[in-house]
Amino acid sequence: MELLSNTAVLLGKELRTEFRSRELLTTTVVFVLLIFMLFSITFHPTTSESQQFGPGLLWVAFLFAASLMLQPCFLREQTNDTLSALRLSVGDPFAIFFAKLTANTFFLLLMELLMLPFFAGFFNVHILSVLPQLFLVLFLGSLGIAIPGTAFSAISAQARMRELMLPLLLLPVLTPILIATTDVTAGLLGAEPSLNFAGLGIMIGFDVVFLTALWLFGEYLLEE
Amino acid sequence: MVKSIFKATILFVLIAVTAYLAFYYAPIEKSMGVIQKIFYLHIASAFSAFVAFGICFYANLRYVFTRRPKSDWLGVSAAEVGLAFISVVLITGPIWAHPVWGIYWTWDARLTLTFVLGLLYVSYLLLRSMIEEPDKRALLSALFGIFAFLDVPLVYFSIRWWRTQHPQPVILGGPGSGLEPRMRISYLLMWGALTGLLILLLNARYKLEALRASVEQLRREAEVR
Amino acid sequence: MTWQGFSSTGIRFENIEKRYGSLYALRRVTLEIGAGECVAFAGRNGSGKTTLLRIAARLVRPSAGSISFSGSTGNDRRDDGGGVNPPLQADAPMGFVAHATMVYDELTAEENLLLFAKLQGIAEPAARAASLLDEVGLLDRRNSLVRTFSRGMRQRVAIARALLNEPCVLLLDEPATGLDPEGINWLEKTLRHTREAGRTILMSVHGESEISALATRAVRLDAGSVVADTRAGANMHSILTFAGA
Repeated sequence: MELLSNTAVLLGKELRTEFRSRELLTTTVVFVLLIFMLFSITFHPTTSESQQFGPGLLWVAFLFAASLMLQPCFLREQTNDTLSALRLSVGDPFAIFFAKLTANTFFLLLMELLMLPFFAGFFNVHILSVLPQLFLVLFLGSLGIAIPGTAFSAISAQARMRELMLPLLLLPVLTPILIATTDVTAGLLGAEPSLNFAGLGIMIGFDVVFLTALWLFGEYLLEE
Repeated sequence: MVKSIFKATILFVLIAVTAYLAFYYAPIEKSMGVIQKIFYLHIASAFSAFVAFGICFYANLRYVFTRRPKSDWLGVSAAEVGLAFISVVLITGPIWAHPVWGIYWTWDARLTLTFVLGLLYVSYLLLRSMIEEPDKRALLSALFGIFAFLDVPLVYFSIRWWRTQHPQPVILGGPGSGLEPRMRISYLLMWGALTGLLILLLNARYKLEALRASVEQLRREAEVR
Repeated sequence: MTWQGFSSTGIRFENIEKRYGSLYALRRVTLEIGAGECVAFAGRNGSGKTTLLRIAARLVRPSAGSISFSGSTGNDRRDDGGGVNPPLQADAPMGFVAHATMVYDELTAEENLLLFAKLQGIAEPAARAASLLDEVGLLDRRNSLVRTFSRGMRQRVAIARALLNEPCVLLLDEPATGLDPEGINWLEKTLRHTREAGRTILMSVHGESEISALATRAVRLDAGSVVADTRAGANMHSILTFAGA
């Protein structure tokens, strides 16, 4: 109970500080738009090609944007040593992770939803008919990025060259989630839209495994 | 010193004998020809690499719960030795694949898994090089190692699922199934030899790390005076 | 949760050692601090004052040795020191003022105090935050972002944050940093009240000041070891101003 109430309080703080500065959302939105443009001018895809490669491009863009967005997650707490204040104040340190990964999932999802209309427009993809299913995929995928992402952000914040370290740690670990999200998205956006449940199962499995691992080992990540 | 030279010599002889058996005792595979000889080294190395990463995972867990530097030494040793074996796999693989499949590389399930596995442990070692303070380096890299190892089955299942969704190049049935008896003996010997090599390398690397730690300790004591 | 019975808490450091790689921050420090003492730690930068305070706050795990609290319920104290998971929350409430402010620049003074009050499970967070803001003289700036504050004002917020849970043990790392003379007077008054309420205070100080004059005991650290420790007023002066080091 204390875990949930602490998480709620911390989540409120995360949302408040982000919506005050809107740093993460604006930078990642611009970043994803840039990737869309760079892809189009380097590959000159035809309409059918862009439909074929769209889902992969979409998730690669989201993945890189996420590794940017997760960067300041724990770095911000170092500026004034607020991480120590949080560690002294909460009973279960998992609350810190839980709040941060919820906030990260939320911001990722928000950024992804903002980018969907651009994606549909630039790559001639029809998304309206599969919007609910697409939302489910975006949610499970963002959660899958945010869980190890939040954990590794706590690791990279304590290393040298931290801006390089986070993607290096995160991207290989995210291979399964990238494979699953891309394929399920492609299934939804294909000529005969279908929801691939095996792919969803992989995403759910990934989320469950890493959430459990974070719950078990999270507190050690914060040791000084 | 003498003892380790002795052990290394035995192992060298064993590997040489195994190589001889693989080339001259085991028959030449019908469809692939002589290039199939690389199979013995390739598969046995892959096995050693997986064992090494398993040991690394065990050491990582042990470090988090006991905080004994010895577990950290074992972790880094196993990761490095595992990477050495996985490099053998990734080098012999294309050499074998090119004449047989006509391509050096394909993103098939096993190849992708091996590649991702290699990357995960490269990241593990890179992370270690980016943290100065020994306790912090040991703890954070152990935690990353745990996450990375948990990822391995997920990578495997996702790739297997992914690959069954797509057409793939024709790959011969998995080796080991219905192996010719002389081939099997050669393979088992190679497997034994490389497992021996794994233990030898791991032991040597672990001792090196222990020496480093004691040098550090001596330096510290010298500074105090 | 009430702490009435534990308003005074003693701390016992036993053979505390902390290494950062090849550097020793603390070497076999053994100190017994009685309930209600006000201890000033003196020493050069890097002598181990900050590390000792952070160990007392249970933010840092000692490499060896143990720390125990008397007067606390002691149910989950482990005396192996190097134990895997010493609980961060001591049984008796603690307050910690570090070098850094430990508050968020992007939040207002009131939001900061509310956040930590809620996390600490304080009964009426809004009332507690308001009364502390009044106490530290920031009631009229409660809705300004901490980012816009002067160093002295930030330090006041930092101290207010540490006082939220009415700590039995107050740990302060050079608390006078950045305070103007008026702020130092205020801090002196606050700490005097805290001391007179029988609470234990551990603080690191830089030379002699109004703040260090509150101390009932002075301890000098050098290169991670205790080199002097006294409760006698005359000796305290030399320990605090010890310039030979």
